[in-house]
Amino acid sequence: MAKSRTKQSKTTGRTFLRRPSRAGRFGVYGGQYVPETLIPALEQLTTDFEMAWASPEFRAAYRSILSEYGGRPTPLYEAERLSERLQRGRIILKREDLNHTGSHKLNNVVGQVLLAVRSAKKRVIAETGAGQHGVATATIAAKFGLSCDVYMGSLDVERQAPNVQRMELLGARVIPVDSGARTLKDATNEAIRDWVTNVDSTFYVIGSVVGPHPYPYMVREFQRIIGDEAKKQFQKQIGQSPDSLVACVGGGSNAIGFFTAFMNDESIEMIGVEAGGCGLRSGQHAATLVAGRIGVLHGSASYLLQSATGQITVPHSVSAGLDYPGVGPEHAFLRDSGRVRYISVTDHEALDAFQLLAETEGILPALESAHAIAALKKLPRDQKNASIIGVCLSGRGDKDLATVVNALENTS
Amino acid sequence: MTQSTRRRHHELTDIFADARPVIPFITAGYPTKRVFQDTIRAAVDAGAGAVEIGMPFSDPLADGPAIQLSSQVALEHGIDLPEVLKLTEDLRRHIDVPLILMGYLNPLMQMGFERFARRAVDAGVSGTIIPDCPVGEAKEWRAVSRDHGLANIFLIAPTTTDERIAVIDRASTAFSYCVSVAGVTGARGDVAASTRKFLQRVAAIAKKPYVVGFGISAPRHIKELKHLAHGFVVGSALVRILRDEPAKMAPLEAHRFIRSLVRAAK
Repeated sequence: MAKSRTKQSKTTGRTFLRRPSRAGRFGVYGGQYVPETLIPALEQLTTDFEMAWASPEFRAAYRSILSEYGGRPTPLYEAERLSERLQRGRIILKREDLNHTGSHKLNNVVGQVLLAVRSAKKRVIAETGAGQHGVATATIAAKFGLSCDVYMGSLDVERQAPNVQRMELLGARVIPVDSGARTLKDATNEAIRDWVTNVDSTFYVIGSVVGPHPYPYMVREFQRIIGDEAKKQFQKQIGQSPDSLVACVGGGSNAIGFFTAFMNDESIEMIGVEAGGCGLRSGQHAATLVAGRIGVLHGSASYLLQSATGQITVPHSVSAGLDYPGVGPEHAFLRDSGRVRYISVTDHEALDAFQLLAETEGILPALESAHAIAALKKLPRDQKNASIIGVCLSGRGDKDLATVVNALENTS
Repeated sequence: MTQSTRRRHHELTDIFADARPVIPFITAGYPTKRVFQDTIRAAVDAGAGAVEIGMPFSDPLADGPAIQLSSQVALEHGIDLPEVLKLTEDLRRHIDVPLILMGYLNPLMQMGFERFARRAVDAGVSGTIIPDCPVGEAKEWRAVSRDHGLANIFLIAPTTTDERIAVIDRASTAFSYCVSVAGVTGARGDVAASTRKFLQRVAAIAKKPYVVGFGISAPRHIKELKHLAHGFVVGSALVRILRDEPAKMAPLEAHRFIRSLVRAAK
């Protein structure tokens, strides 16, 4: 890790990939804006994580669970019919949807639960939006015999019913959260309240590169396996590095995980795709980096969707996993530095992309990942089919069938 | 330091001069502006040594259900930060105990620390408590507060190490605020055995006064902790009275409740 800190960009000599500062900052973003009760726990977690991540035994355990249990490495797959249809270049999918439990979330949860076990915690808690992080946490908690409580906004409990059932079958308790907008931000508030109350006995497994330091950094390190693998696969299978990388951004963990290995190679364009909901002008969206302002929520400073007086506003997206008014602090840093370009696509465009990928490739993407597919249409046309475009297909779409079928009925 | 700055600092230290003050917390404008004002005046009549006014926030992650609900209701009535400052200014004309604003960082950031501090001082506020801004993140806000003569009151938790207690004690102006148990705001049945030990630990380290809050909801809690803290904050129990009592009765009930706490603290 110390090595990656000093590695510089090939073209400008600038360094984009960095460890956060000792105060847990990426530039001005990040930090530890939490109640005093949690500060000692965060300091302990920072030390525990640094020690574990430097330990070959810990890394070996992490890798072996992800391969033997989780199914890694996930394939890198050239989507030829999709490429043919879109005429944007050769589209290469990193198939995180083929992980056990159906998304990239497993990578992070395996790392955090191994840490929980190392620090002798018997109980884990998590927040979840679409339910993918909740399912991954419930799964790994079952595998290690830990008790597991998952906070989920009651609106999400309704719209992601299959994932609620999965978590319960896995032995977790799903606690519906009725406060506020009844979605992911409220579930996160409630999980933090639980952690403040049970900090001695409980490990809080955060599902994205958000929250107080060390979470944004730790989750990035647990997710960077996506890009580390992809980098080798591009060389081996395609024979060259990608020209562009595309990933969806809610909190931003699959995007950070995909981008990190390529960060200092500035010849590679990177695009983060946020949820444009009903369109930016409607105010009904979750495009935090595109349309938000700097503030503090859930323990870190970053971009936020908020009112003029600093109240957090209710985001909207057809995808429950992107329906969050904040975004990881490292993304805020990457936005300001210009290293990653952030754009948004609407609910409509994402639903179209869902169908397009299903019909051309026989893959049902998660609605979150469908945003990344939809963004491809915004790239310049490339009739020669020369450019190589990597897309992180972060999850599978089975959980979204009811939402998609409903939405398609309403529009037809 | 200007004269008014000095006065405000003295005000906050003075509340410990010859009593162990009871400090009520009420969310601004809850349940209505009128009942809020009347209740605070009643609490001061009953002997409250200072008053904490909650600045409502959409995502109050350090608060339990009672204060969460009060924030939500207040926000629905349009009580965000500019309105809180107006209400505080009105209140200032009727009461003469120190006023402290308590709330989350983001609305302050959006107003701008300078502008907020200036307006708070104009409204007669003596200090602030920002639970999601621990001492490590407070550099800028402390500097602005110092310039304007606003006191900073930081929290000390049972999980806080001895070294950190010393740091927080130095950073707090006037006094610190001890959180009785690891957890969110809310009334609790009994004082935990661990709370006594925690406060004894603070007593051995802190050089400034410190108050205790979170879970203080009955005279017996204060009696039990009387010699272990310099003052007592009561929030959720009072907010629950406002939630449950009819508007006409709430100030009366609050008066009776605060008076019973003040007696217990004597």
